[in-house]
Amino acid sequence: MTFIDSGTPRRIGAFLLRHWYLIAGSWPRFLDLCYWPIVQMILWGFIQTFLMRQSTFFAQAGGILLGAVMLWDVLFRGQIGLAISFFEEVYSRNLGHLLATPLRIGEYMAALMCVSLMRTAVGLFPATLLAIWFFGFSLYSLGVALIAFFFSLIAFGWSIGLFVAGLVLRYGLGAESFAWAVIFALAPLCGVYYPTSILPVWVQALSALLPASYIFNGMRAVLIDHVVRIDYLLVAAGLNFVWLAAGASAFLIFHAQARDRGMLLQLGE
Amino acid sequence: MFLRNSGLGHALAAPESWHLNAVPRYSSASLECSMEAIATSETLALRGVARPDSAIAVDGLVKRYGDIVAVNDISFTVARGSFTALLGGNGAGKTTTIAILLGLIRPTAGRITILGEDFAQHAKTLLARMNFQSPYADLPRRLTVRQNLTIYARLYAVRNVAEQIASLARELDLGMLLDRPFGELSAGQRTRAGLAKAFINRPELVLLDEPTASLDPDTADWVRGFLARYARDAKATFFIASHNMLEVERLCDQVLMMREGRIVDAGGPKELLARYGRTTLEDVFLDVARHGAHERGEAVILP
Repeated sequence: MTFIDSGTPRRIGAFLLRHWYLIAGSWPRFLDLCYWPIVQMILWGFIQTFLMRQSTFFAQAGGILLGAVMLWDVLFRGQIGLAISFFEEVYSRNLGHLLATPLRIGEYMAALMCVSLMRTAVGLFPATLLAIWFFGFSLYSLGVALIAFFFSLIAFGWSIGLFVAGLVLRYGLGAESFAWAVIFALAPLCGVYYPTSILPVWVQALSALLPASYIFNGMRAVLIDHVVRIDYLLVAAGLNFVWLAAGASAFLIFHAQARDRGMLLQLGE
Repeated sequence: MFLRNSGLGHALAAPESWHLNAVPRYSSASLECSMEAIATSETLALRGVARPDSAIAVDGLVKRYGDIVAVNDISFTVARGSFTALLGGNGAGKTTTIAILLGLIRPTAGRITILGEDFAQHAKTLLARMNFQSPYADLPRRLTVRQNLTIYARLYAVRNVAEQIASLARELDLGMLLDRPFGELSAGQRTRAGLAKAFINRPELVLLDEPTASLDPDTADWVRGFLARYARDAKATFFIASHNMLEVERLCDQVLMMREGRIVDAGGPKELLARYGRTTLEDVFLDVARHGAHERGEAVILP
């Protein structure tokens, strides 16, 4: 049995096309992708403007909150984008059709990641442009590091998304609420808006296991100290490898259990 | 077609108990037909060994969910180019068997060979040459029929996607529906769109679960005509689960009768009618179903 072959890109492309049709064919869906990132950006933009007038620290570290909120959205949209793309198949009772095609399970996971990437990019791009216009902050001022931050955060989001999708595969739509809840439980540990050094020591130990902690600390290093912390990026990359492997393994195990229990054809609303 | 299963073996091993239990509940004519049928079926008790001309060979297939045995050690082969029906009441194991043949359910035991290749080893390669339709699976409702067919055409590596969709639209009378969202179609229209998906890759093996259940008699008859034409032109093999006995009589050259996870009888429609001394497959179906009820000790009211 092979994991990829010459048809792999075509099959993943077909799955991407399925979700592109869905997004492009419905302006409310398109709007929904952009709406929350823009609302979040505007809210935190005004908070930051206020703090900049009150505090020398924030005056000197321009964009620290706006950068954090937009990078947080990369993580959140990456995770929820993957989970929602999976739920779409469950809602429409299409999973049985899909998994009885030549699409391999590894290709399906890769396709879910690609769709998540597409949804995140479509949702966040307008917010980044509006941040420049409204608040004079360009996320792109992070430079090349932004690419590393983006992929590191979205990869971490995928690992959680795969786990949540696997839960629904195994336990049905009753587990759907985890898709929205899990990521917010990790937010305090990731140090989105504050350095993780302020956390209690035992919480710092947990925080150190999350790739996102290094990315948000790294973002602050760029914006405050104007330094790209390569060491943070490398640790985050290593942790992401472990988290993605764990997320993919969980999805495969849950898929095997669902197949064993005859749930693949039955799963739906 | 050949079959073997332990269920039939059990029945044959204890003809006395069948006879004794059956007398008070069944008319003697009904009982004689059924016992004769079972005795004749013994000649079919062969292993489901893959042969070069078999599209499906199932050997010792078992599916258990804890204590529940959904499919109980069944073996059969289906010849290439044949049209085989899987008949049985609700919960007989038909849908589970089809889902196992599609790789959607992992069997507890057994070996499956499809189109001459081991399914466990070559599932994804084989699935490219197969397709199915089931009332348990829908297409994405917000996408149009054309978009759905395009996606599945790409998943199945269909060349000339637009031509293939146009051809299926003509054959299944979908022309006016192609650009409508799947979710806005009536039940019958959805069935036809689902059938278009099932034939998008010109499959060599087609598995259909209740293909005409939601269609009006005229459309159902017309769809049966399409299935028969496709089988003839593409020399494809069909394996269908159905409750529509007229459909089975019209289309199928072989019938597998399932009850409680076992294959309890098999043969051509005419062969089964003769064996049970009945004039319709529906009566044969009732005979088989009621023997099952009898075995469970439930009350049976015969006409």
